Amino acid sequence: MTAVTDREQLRYVAAQAADARINFEIETEGMTLNLGPQHPATHGTLRIVAKLDAEQVISAEPIAGYMHRGYEKLCEVRTYPQVTTLINRIDWLGSFANEVPFILAAERLMDVEAPPRAQWIRTALFEMSRIANLVLFAGDTALQLGGQTAAFYGFRDREYVLNQIEAVTGGRFHPNFDRIGGLKDDLPKGWIADTKLAMEKVRSFCDEIDELVTGNEIFQIRTRGIGVIPGDVAQSYGLSGANLRGSGVNWDLRRDAPSGMVHSELDWKVHVHPDGDSFSRWWVRIQEIREASHLVDQCLDGLPSGPIMAKVPRIIKVPAGEAYVQTENPLGAMGYYVVSKGDLGPFRLKIRSASFNNVSILHWVLRGVYVPDIISILSSLYFILGDIDR
Amino acid sequence: MSADTEAEASEEEVQSEAEAPEEETAEALEPDPVREALRDRLGAELGEALVATDLASGVQLTVRVTAEAWRTAGLVVRDQLGCRWFDFLSAIDWLPSPYGRYEDDGMTPPSDPDTEIETGIAGGETRFQVFARVVDTAAHTDVILKTDVPDDTLTVPSWVTVYDGADWHERETWEMFGISFDGHPALRNIYLPSDFEGNPLRKDFPLIARIVKPWPGIIDVEPMPAEDEEAAPDEAASKESAPEEGESS
Repeated sequence: MTAVTDREQLRYVAAQAADARINFEIETEGMTLNLGPQHPATHGTLRIVAKLDAEQVISAEPIAGYMHRGYEKLCEVRTYPQVTTLINRIDWLGSFANEVPFILAAERLMDVEAPPRAQWIRTALFEMSRIANLVLFAGDTALQLGGQTAAFYGFRDREYVLNQIEAVTGGRFHPNFDRIGGLKDDLPKGWIADTKLAMEKVRSFCDEIDELVTGNEIFQIRTRGIGVIPGDVAQSYGLSGANLRGSGVNWDLRRDAPSGMVHSELDWKVHVHPDGDSFSRWWVRIQEIREASHLVDQCLDGLPSGPIMAKVPRIIKVPAGEAYVQTENPLGAMGYYVVSKGDLGPFRLKIRSASFNNVSILHWVLRGVYVPDIISILSSLYFILGDIDR
Repeated sequence: MSADTEAEASEEEVQSEAEAPEEETAEALEPDPVREALRDRLGAELGEALVATDLASGVQLTVRVTAEAWRTAGLVVRDQLGCRWFDFLSAIDWLPSPYGRYEDDGMTPPSDPDTEIETGIAGGETRFQVFARVVDTAAHTDVILKTDVPDDTLTVPSWVTVYDGADWHERETWEMFGISFDGHPALRNIYLPSDFEGNPLRKDFPLIARIVKPWPGIIDVEPMPAEDEEAAPDEAASKESAPEEGESS
């Protein structure tokens, strides 16, 4: 199903005709550039209609909806345990992280708390899904800016992390492992040692990427000073995650609004970059991969023993009430507003996904940039289509 | 899950806790000076426009304002309270679904659907409520604002000039609930095709997939032997009404 009909198409043609007259002094003609829906830089099926004056973008409009699956409606007729299957597919590169805020919101309404061991494992898996997600970002961004090697490294090293996630959850992409009150299973034997090796590989990947890409002159030219988003604009649009921290706003939900995970007991730091350009967003993410690998190590070292599941009824009925829980997911702040009426399923589930807000700034940030910079900005803002369209 | 006996025991615990409102017990346990101060400041700034507040201690502050004051409230939380980070804006349709709670079998809607509107925390008088959340990233405080949407106009003032990010959220709310935002420059569909009819997230919009094919997943929530008394009436009711509804549709 396409989101664009003939009527809208006509509107674009008319606007294009109007643009054709804008720069008659130097006799250039405006044109409309359709980026996507099928374009490697869009991570799925986002369409961007950019109106150009020569090489410069006059206006750009992102058009979403090519992958809208209506999860908020579907969740209203699912039971609480069934909802996690759906929301796994929102940000498919860091699936486990999608489940966590929803489970935490349901736990808050039920007044249940996961046992310490479950919280520590949850935190480890949460950070591992961050690595699985952001490693691909590193490879993919480099690829879009012309560096093929990094993409292969990214896919290679992501596999180590995915294998570990698969070993414990049984699913590479869609673990569906988090439960209200704990986790489905305990860790398998030998998993901790294997995961530490995988974290070593992640850190050496970061070093490789730093050598290959971050310090690369061409990469710096393509990203430094490109797509600058000031902190107050970023806040007004509700940007989150590395996009916000790349704009100098020191805000990380893991530190500033912790809920249900053990980040506050670990030793780590939040990375902030003041520039607000594509490079700063890239830099923050690379630091976050490193930091996440240390977080996983610390979680595994400090892992307490004990049960992994609190006492919860077999049939989960969540008491009436409303709860909103937000966590710092790989793509940014992700939250679920759960409205319960005491039934087996949520009465209403508002899914606040990070990419939806992150992409809504595109029309602002793309204005006035040159065509090749669109790619740099798109890939550094980093969105997943499932996270926009839901 | 360890043992069924344990599960049953905790089931009772949870049930009994559900009866007491969660917010009140939490409030009694620990005071929350930061959120209380926020609430008092909002009360002072908005005066009459602030209809109701709800404070879940240490967790979240929810305030309800009148629809006319929706934009003013946005300006107050942004400028006076320093909540500059826009989180989300959406709506809730409080009408109970006329197709039954789970729409597990679209052919058999309940014979007399529950139509009584029962709103959640911070109350409400209308079927639709618009709600939004904003955060102060410097002071680490946040507030959830709600407003009743007048049933006759289904319009509330737009936040586009307050928070840039509200643009897309209002478009989404508009297409999903049919709520207009006064002052929004271009309320266009964001997800749905522009010739789509209906507002999918309204409760009276049927989930067509369920009507075409009943949801097999309902098997997963079969009642446990211990809970037969509780779940049986629902099932019996749906079975009884099955033949007549089947003929009519």
